[in-house]
Amino acid sequence: MVDVILYPVIMLGAVAGISAILLFLTAKKFHVEEDPRIDTVAALLPGANCGGCGYPGCRGLAEAIVKAADKGDIGGLSCPPGGSAAMKAIGDALGMAVAESEPMVAVLRCNGTHEKAPRTLKYDGAPKCVIAHTVFVGEKGCPNGCLGIGDCVTVCAFGAMYMDDKTGLPVIDPAKCVACGACAKACPRRIIEMRPKGRKDRRVWVDCVNTEKGAAAMKYCKAACIGCGKCVKECPEKVQAITLANNLAYIDPKKCIACGKCIVVCPTKAIHATFEPPQPKPAAEAPKTAEAPKATPAA
Amino acid sequence: MDLKTFKIGGVHPPENKLSAGLPIEAAELPKRAFIHLGQHLGAPAKPVVQKGDKVKVGTLIGTGEGFISASVHSSVSGTVFGIDDVVDASGYKRKAVIIDVAGDEWEPAIDRSPELKKEIALDQKAIVEKIKESGIVGLGGATFPAHVKYMVPEGKKVDTLLINAVECEPYLTSDHRVMLERADEVLVGTQILMKALGVGKAIVGIEANKPDAIELLSRKAKEYTGIAVQALKVQYPQGAEKQLIKACLNREVPSGKLPLDVGCVVNNVGTALAVYEAVQKNKPLFERVVTMTGRKLPKKANFLVRVGTPISQLITACGGIPEGTAKFINGGPMMGKAMVSPETPVTKGTSGVILVDESEAKRNAPGDCIRCAKCVSACPMGLEPYLIEKQAEYALWEEAEKEDAADCMECGCCQFTCPAARPLLDNVRLAKANVMRIRRERSKK
Repeated sequence: MVDVILYPVIMLGAVAGISAILLFLTAKKFHVEEDPRIDTVAALLPGANCGGCGYPGCRGLAEAIVKAADKGDIGGLSCPPGGSAAMKAIGDALGMAVAESEPMVAVLRCNGTHEKAPRTLKYDGAPKCVIAHTVFVGEKGCPNGCLGIGDCVTVCAFGAMYMDDKTGLPVIDPAKCVACGACAKACPRRIIEMRPKGRKDRRVWVDCVNTEKGAAAMKYCKAACIGCGKCVKECPEKVQAITLANNLAYIDPKKCIACGKCIVVCPTKAIHATFEPPQPKPAAEAPKTAEAPKATPAA
Repeated sequence: MDLKTFKIGGVHPPENKLSAGLPIEAAELPKRAFIHLGQHLGAPAKPVVQKGDKVKVGTLIGTGEGFISASVHSSVSGTVFGIDDVVDASGYKRKAVIIDVAGDEWEPAIDRSPELKKEIALDQKAIVEKIKESGIVGLGGATFPAHVKYMVPEGKKVDTLLINAVECEPYLTSDHRVMLERADEVLVGTQILMKALGVGKAIVGIEANKPDAIELLSRKAKEYTGIAVQALKVQYPQGAEKQLIKACLNREVPSGKLPLDVGCVVNNVGTALAVYEAVQKNKPLFERVVTMTGRKLPKKANFLVRVGTPISQLITACGGIPEGTAKFINGGPMMGKAMVSPETPVTKGTSGVILVDESEAKRNAPGDCIRCAKCVSACPMGLEPYLIEKQAEYALWEEAEKEDAADCMECGCCQFTCPAARPLLDNVRLAKANVMRIRRERSKK
């Protein structure tokens, strides 16, 4: 009776012992020396694995940062969600200087709401913007405008976007947006732009990317930039932040001082800001009842 | 009758050839013609007229530049109103020459006599040059510039010309009518193309649902050397290039290769007629037969239409838009695309316009894939559409390339057969475009 239990125990014990020794020796022989700094750096990253930096996950970026640190410069690398805070912490840990980078935020450049650009067509194909874009011009007839299906919302890993059924446009929550840029890449019409957050969260942008002539654009969208150039003239002479190309105005965020003067003069209210713009001076032809331009809520 | 067909996949949608018995009639001239400069596959033509220029029917208005491109000719006589952006069937704006029509004055060089001219005076090189000058493109729908197919590169050997008279798309009847009414011209056109290729053998492939055309062409083909008529089984997509080659010659075009690589060239029967008119009658391509159809359309028709005529004018000629019309389809119901507006003009590729009502156009809400593999057995290219669809969903383009997504010819059999109404083709097309893109990027490196 004893040997029925004893022999198997001895045999299995011996097999286990030999295997353990073999595993130990193999591990010793094939040991990979990993830079301990990679773990340190990875711990300082947000760990969202969003891919906004262009590397496969946070560990991928950590490896790249350590590699760059060995060469003496980690300036070209950055973590969009972590921002300059994360990079500063990493710089401190590695003993390297990191240049201050400006925090960015995603901005939607289309205001073709149901009200401003009525849907004249109906799309019943596969619910993806990339597919709709190749098939036709879009439900509202604008060749540059938002298709309203929401590829950007699908790719947002931070829950910072949702589709507003009232307007048919996506909404970006600047408080949650980490500027990873995934939405900007997913949009087949390049409507979403990454712009600096601006001082005191004040930013101004042209809410349209349509390059068609004013009269053509106004046929399908009442909120289109018609390229009239009023904003360019209104922009203070020392600033000159607005340029006009292909019937479309563009505000250079690096030059813009967020004074808000351009917002008031835009005839189609195509310029948006995160703050209340200055009220137009009461004049004979512009009574006080004139509707103030709508400002995008901060949240 | 011995019916040939391709071996794998295919479906048989209801044929609905409502307009098969209606003779071709000339459509009324438009008041203003909108002639797109990019009516073909490849680079758009460059305009050679200006605002205010007087043009006649057949005047060159745009020259094709680059290897794959085609010239564009005026389809009407009158004054050029301007060169501007005009909405095409997809709703995007493309450059077009707009002509205010006055009278119907043809270029004097065009021979308008109806006599059949059988003797081919031009030599091989001159024929290809003439096809190029006349702006002829494949009239089956893909609008590939025809002359490119006849510039056979060094080292490739062609032994057979295939004339595609299958017309496997439901509803469309334009090719059928061309065969019945212009049989001799089509056959002389075939002879011209045979001469251009230097081959002694041509096969006209016709689907068995057109017995009158098969009978007529078989009888007439006896007068011409080397032309045979082959009846084919009614099966979609019998008229796809690679499927037609498999059916008629039992040759398989390998993945990523052209029909040239297996020794044949395929052209549509409408193209053969256009080639006849260009080479024998000096008439460039500026008009084509367009089928106007739809279950509820009051009058169905096969119109001979000048390119640039607004489609809305043709619909008016057919009794107007019937109530409950949900979609206007440019082309056949399987591969055609819904148009954003009936105001868009007819182009060289418009084989037909179908007015579809709400009940026919309804797309069921997609359900989950139940792995029934109907799409796999329906795919004539032997692909696995359900798998490529998933790869497209997760943007796995390298994997999609391994699954030969680029071989898809967008026939739509998978989507047609899917019991869960999944948007298979839409996603496979997306995968195909991305595979092409990564291939281009790779070749640049």
